[in-house]
Amino acid sequence: MSDQSVYNHSTDNTSPPAIGWLRRRLYKSEKFRAFSLLSPTILFMGFAILAPFGILVAMSFWTQSGFSFDTTLTVANYQKAAERPIYGALLQRSLWISGITTVATVILCYPMAYFVAFHVHRNKMMWIVLMTLPFWTSYLLRVFAWKVVLGYEGVINSALISVGLIDAPLEFLLYSQSAVIITLAHAWAAFAILPLYVSLEKIDRSLLEAATDLGDGPMMRFFRVTLPLSLPGVISASLLIFIPTTGDYITPTLLGGPDGSMIGMLIQKQFGAINNWPMGAALSIILMLCIAGISALFILLTMFVRKRIS
Amino acid sequence: MSSGSYIKRPNRPLQVYAAIFLVVLYVPVLFLPLFSFNDSIYVKFPLSGFTTKWYFELWDRAPVWNALENSLKVGFVVATLSTFLGIFAAKAITRYEIPGRGPLVSFIMLPLVVPLIIFGVALLVLLSQLGIPLSLYTVTVGHLIICLPFAIATLIPRFEGFDQSIEEASADLGENAWWTFWRVTFPMVAPGVLASLMLTFTVSFDEFIMAFFLSGTEPTLPMYIWSQLRFPQEFPSVLALASLILAVSFLMVFLGQWINRGAYTDAAKGK
Repeated sequence: MSDQSVYNHSTDNTSPPAIGWLRRRLYKSEKFRAFSLLSPTILFMGFAILAPFGILVAMSFWTQSGFSFDTTLTVANYQKAAERPIYGALLQRSLWISGITTVATVILCYPMAYFVAFHVHRNKMMWIVLMTLPFWTSYLLRVFAWKVVLGYEGVINSALISVGLIDAPLEFLLYSQSAVIITLAHAWAAFAILPLYVSLEKIDRSLLEAATDLGDGPMMRFFRVTLPLSLPGVISASLLIFIPTTGDYITPTLLGGPDGSMIGMLIQKQFGAINNWPMGAALSIILMLCIAGISALFILLTMFVRKRIS
Repeated sequence: MSSGSYIKRPNRPLQVYAAIFLVVLYVPVLFLPLFSFNDSIYVKFPLSGFTTKWYFELWDRAPVWNALENSLKVGFVVATLSTFLGIFAAKAITRYEIPGRGPLVSFIMLPLVVPLIIFGVALLVLLSQLGIPLSLYTVTVGHLIICLPFAIATLIPRFEGFDQSIEEASADLGENAWWTFWRVTFPMVAPGVLASLMLTFTVSFDEFIMAFFLSGTEPTLPMYIWSQLRFPQEFPSVLALASLILAVSFLMVFLGQWINRGAYTDAAKGK
């Protein structure tokens, strides 16, 4: 450290005061250094997130005229989205499907996270890697795998037929809401497990001992101590699944059929076959507002519940 | 000691549940390689016989090689850039007191949660308004947005994990900040850097939605698979291709996590 200050002094004498001031700032100010390290990331992410969304919002107030855009501002797209029942229905169904997916995934993943947090004592890391490994691999291919499993002549149907349990393939497996929900829950499991695990792992074990010493059985102990303390994990797991699945495109396209189509497909169509970009932009904004609104409501609700419990 | 033991008592139903969970997590994916060796263009039981012909057929397809080349190009650039930026960002986040650090980190992590289709659409709109033609470069930018949060999240535990006084010692012994970083900090975080390179490469290599919206005439490998899914007669070779991609992805991610396995325990010890 002393070396640097000596160096600083010598440069102060020779270089113009402005540069000397900058040098001093660089060495002395931690904040300055931190921000100069962070600045490439912040600049890139700031531009890459804010600029596209800014122009998306702007475009949602434009209208399509032929192959170009009419840039006079109007709320026509939003009006159309409110009036035509198809948009509302698709949006509602998307929110419903990802809502069910969220609940199912969190409930199914909770015991798993609980097991690793409380009952695995050696090679915990190994278990976490094992549970999250599929998440890192291609989402498209995992959805494709479910198409193979659930298909009309897929794994389940052909296996059941060759065993002789059923005569004709079960049609409800593929191209349905349940196919979409199963696939989404499977694909996003890692997003639920990690926050659940972290919140369970953090729980002070002596609190559980105290509960037992004071006469709680395993069930009461779980519902009165473990579950409330792991609520932050449950909240973040729910949001981490609900938010991205609502706009999902691959799963409903490959597995949804007419019954399981979602808003993401409609947004894509506006930018593809239908070629009405401003409408697509408006639908994206509406989707984001819905997601944000529901998430905020959910957070407020859980905060209220937590206050009531404690 | 005895009062703690009831928590440590093995719980049989939970063990069974965990085993079933892992089976359900992995088995659907395993059907892809299983059927890729099946000697029939129909994907159904009973299996008709073992063959490797779908793999050999793949070998002769020019579009597959082409798409592979595109994916590799994008993947390498994205992995390098996102890890490079991630190192500086992770160092700044873990080493310095930054005002507004919480919101800042959440902002950088935003692409992990926002539905990717909205990101893809928004970028598409921006690029078209700026008059930038779609190409592999635009796909690279899209993937960089997704991979940067992953790189930072992988690197932060590494930076948290090692003793800061080692860096201070280096400065006291006369190294300047630049050489301290290269001779002390970098070797300490190297496993994290390697893991970040491998993970971000895999994420980019496997990513579909961004590529779907942002690629021009040059498809990436997932794009190629998507285009082939419409043709039932192409199913077996798609299965073969999918199996190869899955095998490589699993290997890369597993190696990355394994190299970086010390990070979390180190971070726990550091605190």
